Amino acid sequence: MKVIRIDKNDWAEGIEKIRKTYSLIGPVKEKFYHIFANLGSGQMPDMEFTNSRISPKYIIYPQSEIILKCSMNAEEEDYKIYREPEDKEYKEKAVLGIRPCDADSLPVVMRNFDTDEYKDPYWLRAFETTTLVGLACDAPCPSCFCTSAGSGPYNHKNLDVMLIDNKDHYLAEIITEKGEKLAEAAGWQDKAEGIADEIAKRKSDAESKIESNVHTDNLAKQPLLDLYEATSIWEKAAFACINCGTCTYVCPTCWCFDIQDEVYGREGFRIRNWDSCMYPLFTLHASAHNPRGTKLARLRQRFMHKLKYYVDKYENGIQCTGCGRCVRLCPVNIDIRRICNMMNSYDPETCTCEATVS
Amino acid sequence: MENPYIPYPVRIDEIKTETEDKSLKTFKFVFLNPEDEEKFSYRAGQFAELSIPGIGEIPIGIASSPTEKGFVKFTIFKTGKVTSYLHSMKEGDIMGIRGPLGNWYPWETLEGKNVVIIGGGFAFTTLRSSIIYMLDPENRQKFKDIHVIYGARSPGMLLYKDELESWAARDDLNMHITVDSCDDPEWTHHTGFVPTVTEQEGPAGTEDTYAIVCGPPIMIKFTQPVLDKLGYSEDRIIMSLENRMKCGIGMCGRCNIGKEFVCKDGPVFTLQQLNQTPKEY
Ligand SMILES: Cc1cc2nc3c(=O)[nH]c(=O)nc-3n(C[C@H](O)[C@H](O)[C@H](O)COP(=O)(O)OP(=O)(O)OC[C@H]3O[C@@H](n4cnc5c(N)ncnc54)[C@H](O)[C@@H]3O)c2cc1C
Ligand code: SF4
Ligand code: SF4
Ligand code: FES
Repeated sequence: MKVIRIDKNDWAEGIEKIRKTYSLIGPVKEKFYHIFANLGSGQMPDMEFTNSRISPKYIIYPQSEIILKCSMNAEEEDYKIYREPEDKEYKEKAVLGIRPCDADSLPVVMRNFDTDEYKDPYWLRAFETTTLVGLACDAPCPSCFCTSAGSGPYNHKNLDVMLIDNKDHYLAEIITEKGEKLAEAAGWQDKAEGIADEIAKRKSDAESKIESNVHTDNLAKQPLLDLYEATSIWEKAAFACINCGTCTYVCPTCWCFDIQDEVYGREGFRIRNWDSCMYPLFTLHASAHNPRGTKLARLRQRFMHKLKYYVDKYENGIQCTGCGRCVRLCPVNIDIRRICNMMNSYDPETCTCEATVS
Repeated sequence: MENPYIPYPVRIDEIKTETEDKSLKTFKFVFLNPEDEEKFSYRAGQFAELSIPGIGEIPIGIASSPTEKGFVKFTIFKTGKVTSYLHSMKEGDIMGIRGPLGNWYPWETLEGKNVVIIGGGFAFTTLRSSIIYMLDPENRQKFKDIHVIYGARSPGMLLYKDELESWAARDDLNMHITVDSCDDPEWTHHTGFVPTVTEQEGPAGTEDTYAIVCGPPIMIKFTQPVLDKLGYSEDRIIMSLENRMKCGIGMCGRCNIGKEFVCKDGPVFTLQQLNQTPKEY
């Protein structure tokens, strides 16, 4: 793999150059926390950050997005005929500083939006026009468990470029063609030779700092209905949950949405908004019957989806990259690591499991 | 890339009030672009999203049969935001339909078999589609005996009354119409609940007999033990589910029962399949 050395003194100049082709998104500090935001002209990404509080999934999958539009004016030709909004632009964009765990969430989510039968054009077009310039993690949080969730602090599998902070310069692994194109546009071409060992060492150092993990080896083998009916897991976990939806909101791998219509002036809009399985309205029938009417049922849906249904459906690991956001932000300390390990070790004969985070 | 969210524009061609309480109306739609009718080629048992711009979209079973050409029909119960608005719309109005969505009754499996259709209330819509489909001169010989057991609260609450009578008059279909109660001395059909009539009139659940059951949860609950008694195995009981839906294409995440999406992997499941999934419907 090609590795380039980017002197930090040349960093700003390169960023200015790629602005001509890409709109730029990167970490910026907003009050106390970092978010991923559009970088205005002259604005630089703040690369001294741990990770954003909310995952950057909205770059590809906005929290609220107009998917169809029509005229509500009876005089006009497209009166009440929904079409794709013609002003929807998919300009090339580059995300600077995205963490490997968040990049690894994209293929997890893509399995939902890109299927044999149906393709979600909005998600896919946004994904295709995005170049990911990741930043390897040297100081993971205690709540991170990426290495046991199919990701890792130096996982470059789903990045186009991976930057490694090396004091006065970045080492940049150029991973894909998209990455190559971006590096070229930035004028970064100072090849770094003979640093493979150093990078390998940095990687294993970072990995050894991940303090917690999940066990997932048994999840596929567990009978689905046994886990579903494991009330010893669900009752205790659901007891404290207030169904606030924070966990699904901050999560890079949660994709559920709602569709609503609105009229503004003489135009009609069909809008897709993030939704959450934690809310009773998500499944409420018009008859008032609700198949997931209790908070136990809703909490169970979240974990069963991530750790069992997804595992069985796609045979491609769990629907979680171990970013730790839901662990850090749940107001009542519900911990997916603990629940995952309980599900993995659940014994339906005795209804017991090991309830530890190791 | 085909955009799965864009509905086909349609015009409301005809609206018919079905029931005495006016809570159910049948809408006949004609496609604005004739080529869309071909793209909307469906099988009996599938559903579509009816789209009213500016108001919303709702999943509704297709009540017309693929053998009926030039239009599609849906029968809609007035209950909430979108259905109430729809009930206030007029012939000639423009709206949209998106689909066909979901799977269908297993027509290949059902060929050469006896079929008993058991329906209650307004869940009879895709069953109408199925009956019309099976009775089509091209198709009738593909199936052995056909029984239909259909019940509503009262005679005035039965859907498709003219068609019911014409089916009852045929000799290649055993029609059992029932109402919960009725004081009309002219009433010539059954009175009593669907499970009871099924017990009296339903054919035995032999190896080559399949039951398609659609109705309110309470009807299904009490029909199941009757079918058991008649000898229907779980894989020969076919049901259609209705969960709250939005996308209809397996993406928005709300309609699942376990790892199955009712919108995409269903809505039609055998009882055997349902017994292997969480009962979240
Ligand atoms: C596969 C399928 C087939 C159906 N077939 C028929 C039919 O033939 N005739 C008929 O009258 N009804 C049918 N329904 C039920 C119908 O979809 C709901 O009654 C309708 O969505 C209620 O919408 P509303 O806006 O009037 O109600 P509100 O309560 O205002 O609902 C708001 C939104 O919630 C969703 N929603 C609410 N209840 C349901 C529900 N039970 N099922 C699905 N989505 C719901 C819809 O997206 C709706 O837009 C079917 C449902 C499904 C899933
Ligand atoms: S963040 Fe915690 S309390 Fe809030 S819905 Fe999620 S699990 Fe429940
Ligand atoms: S489930 Fe929690 S730890 Fe896993 S990806 Fe989502 S927010 Fe991160
Ligand atoms: S309705 Fe969206 S997943 Fe089924």
